[in-house]
Amino acid sequence: MNVITVEHLFKAYGPVVAVDDISFQVEEGEIFGIVGPNGAGKTTTVECIEGLRFPDRGTVTVLGLDPRTEGDRLRQEIGVQLQEAALPDRIKVWEALDLYASFYPRTVAWAELLEQFSLAEKKEAYFARLSGGQKQRLFIALALLNDPRIVFLDELTTGLDPQARRAMWDLVRQVRDRGKTVVLITHFMEEAERLCDRVAVIDRGRIIALDTPRNLIRRLGGEVRAIFTVAEVAFTTPASMVMSTAPAIAAPSPAVVDRVRQALAGVPQVTKVESAEGEVVVHGQGTDFIVAVVTRLGAAGIYPQNLRTEQATLDDVFLALTGRKMRD
Amino acid sequence: MMRAWWKLSVIQLKLFLREPEGVFFTVVFPLVLLITFGSIFGNEPVPEFGGRGTIDVSVPAYIGLVVAISGLMSIPVSAASDREKGVLRRLRSTPVRPHAVLAAWVGVFFIVTALGSLLLVLVGRLFYGLRFGGSLFNMVMAFTLSTLSLFALGFIIASVARSGRVATVIGMATYFPMVFLSGATFPWEMIPKKVQTVAMVLPLTHGVQLLKGLWFGEPWSAHLVNVAVLLGTLIGGVVISAALFRWE
Ligand SMILES: Nc1ncnc2c1ncn2[C@@H]1O[C@H](COP(=O)(O)OP(=O)(O)O)[C@@H](O)[C@H]1O
Ligand SMILES: [Mg+2]
Repeated sequence: MNVITVEHLFKAYGPVVAVDDISFQVEEGEIFGIVGPNGAGKTTTVECIEGLRFPDRGTVTVLGLDPRTEGDRLRQEIGVQLQEAALPDRIKVWEALDLYASFYPRTVAWAELLEQFSLAEKKEAYFARLSGGQKQRLFIALALLNDPRIVFLDELTTGLDPQARRAMWDLVRQVRDRGKTVVLITHFMEEAERLCDRVAVIDRGRIIALDTPRNLIRRLGGEVRAIFTVAEVAFTTPASMVMSTAPAIAAPSPAVVDRVRQALAGVPQVTKVESAEGEVVVHGQGTDFIVAVVTRLGAAGIYPQNLRTEQATLDDVFLALTGRKMRD
Repeated sequence: MMRAWWKLSVIQLKLFLREPEGVFFTVVFPLVLLITFGSIFGNEPVPEFGGRGTIDVSVPAYIGLVVAISGLMSIPVSAASDREKGVLRRLRSTPVRPHAVLAAWVGVFFIVTALGSLLLVLVGRLFYGLRFGGSLFNMVMAFTLSTLSLFALGFIIASVARSGRVATVIGMATYFPMVFLSGATFPWEMIPKKVQTVAMVLPLTHGVQLLKGLWFGEPWSAHLVNVAVLLGTLIGGVVISAALFRWE
């Protein structure tokens, strides 16, 4: 069942077109991701869905309600964590929950939310004294107070350290496991990949892809990379390899990359050989890619060291779709 | 919705009490002024004040001072910084009505202003034999009109100021001339005639004149101009801030 339907949404701020003809549906119970670089129009899109902004054109239906005319009823049914919003510095954690609970006719007990989000011992703390992760946990708790059917989380983990981010991902999964639909807005491709059932990739106000992260990667970025270093001394005296404890050379010399390229010439699984950040990077495809690469290199007397492989990510999908990198 | 308004008011009051500056300027500062001048001059009737004592003329004037700090500083700074931080945005994403938020602000700052004023009256009465020649009802009416009028002015400041900092600057730039020229701090009788003429454009001058007049039992009919200016400020402030105020 669709809980959100967006059709031909268009929104401009003066000359700036923020959302340019966006359409999609969100199904009940899924974690739906909206990803894209900063300024892509993600926040504008969800704020039109939440009834906080009004689109110039297009229709939005959320739980059968029109955010434009039935905003009051809609706000009872949804929970939001806004990208740019805060609480007063000197409000205490419990006071914020108690206050926000008074806005809804029907709420869950906020004391339980405090426990669930590990804020119980911060109950009496001022908002300003909370860490970034604690603030975000409080915002999720506030978004869940009215036991909403849909929860919107906009840039939930921006500014958090990797550990806090991972903890937050678990919380988001728990929210979904309680039967809620989650709309997750993020500019972290990795976050979308780990968390979302489906993602809409947005760029410059348009949806450029919409599918499960897996399908997107398979379809658009189905690439594997082998990354390794080569001790240069190995080329001149292969026998001394075993004894060599010389540190890896900072950047592979063009000669090294050429040797690797020659060795791998004609291997069908390999598409490209290059050097990057002190390592040799071999791009390719196929389940037997690694075996083919290592076998050929070995036969040519090149012994890769510190070998690791990388699968394609949503970042690669974005690059494939736009020709630009996500982060710049 | 009553419950939301009540909780909003309680929180707003707590937040106010947790900011030392607000409490200082609203409660402590006027009281310190009163006690300082009370200790120096006492409350003996003097001819300069038309046969009244220093405390007698100071208390209604300092009430104007309390009204001005709430209206021109507390309200604009609190509303503008709540907007700047995104507090108002977050509220807007809930079913709470903007009117409830507004009513909580006005209610809490009204109570705070009334308490600050009452404290002045109490201290004046207990320690300096403060004289009161008016009616309580008229005094409450005059206080309410002056307060709401200055609050409306404060909401204009809150509407045009983009941040709490800007609101502080505009608030101070309005507050200081008003409290010095209106008779709220320096007795009106000591302000030069030429300056008095200029000061008549300040709404607070009319507030102080009304409060002082009714304190000594003068009739409303003697203060029609004051009432008209205050009412005009109130209506103008409501209309302008209703049109300009933004929640984000
Ligand atoms: N209130 C606003 N006024 C003017 N321009 C805005 C406003 N909000 C967003 N924009 C512009 O609209 C575009 C999309 O912004 P936004 O929806 O916030 O993107 P995202 O959330 O993907 O970073 C950007 O170019 C941004 O500068
Ligand atoms: Mg955004």
